[in-house]
Amino acid sequence: MKKTALFIAAFCLWFLLVWPFHPISQRILWPDVFVGLGVALLITLVMREFSVQRFRRLINPVRYFWLVMYAFVFAYYLIKANLDMAFRIIHPSMPIKPGIVKVKTNLQTDTAITALANSITLTPGTLTVDVVDRNYLYVHWINVQTENEAEATHKILGRFEWFIKKIFE
Amino acid sequence: MMNDIIGLFLLCVGVLFNFIGCIGLVRFPDVYNRLQAGTKCVTLGTCLILLGVVFMATTGATAVKGILCMVFILITSPTAAHALARGAHKAGIKLWDKSVVDKYAEDKQ
Repeated sequence: MKKTALFIAAFCLWFLLVWPFHPISQRILWPDVFVGLGVALLITLVMREFSVQRFRRLINPVRYFWLVMYAFVFAYYLIKANLDMAFRIIHPSMPIKPGIVKVKTNLQTDTAITALANSITLTPGTLTVDVVDRNYLYVHWINVQTENEAEATHKILGRFEWFIKKIFE
Repeated sequence: MMNDIIGLFLLCVGVLFNFIGCIGLVRFPDVYNRLQAGTKCVTLGTCLILLGVVFMATTGATAVKGILCMVFILITSPTAAHALARGAHKAGIKLWDKSVVDKYAEDKQ
């Protein structure tokens, strides 16, 4: 079941990326499709150990709803992060106050922690340096506002953890 | 026609962000700050360029490819930055002199 899902996903991705239609006659190019089937099969065989752990979560539509919501929130923070970063870069006196702080997360699964770490990296002034014991994240902060663990957690993770819990856990 | 104007505008903004990111790479003092500039500005800049391509695309296939590339860049770019930052810290590269705190080094001892 999981392998079939992985195979279908890989093949769909191939199909979208290659788009095997003749540009003028719009006829489907079968050789491309067969190569795609072969590649998808190969990926399924090699990657089967890395496929989803809990398949039921993948087909839950509520999670996709939150994912779409999160995309908008994330886009807002991404643009804000970039304007902030551009300001710091262009400003003649370069107003930065960097440091590495420690924050605590309550998320459990690998996927959720990965998503959280990536979100932190792309949002205002923060960059995940390491994850320890699935509980603590070390975050490089370009403008350290507080060295306290609880306060830093609230300031850095407060805006995302709730969403990511809804989506990935 | 309208799509072309929006696409060109997005392309220009994207190139501007990429340019600012590159200035950041030169101006910032240490590897971690440079990674911040390199990741954020260049990710958004490249995504905007791809979005501009999506708007200017004449066929649906190109647009789909552009959107897929955006998704992959959004996933891989922060992962790569994280790996570089972690590697740099493990290799013993110091933070900038004026950094205020380094909890990671403190906890490692």
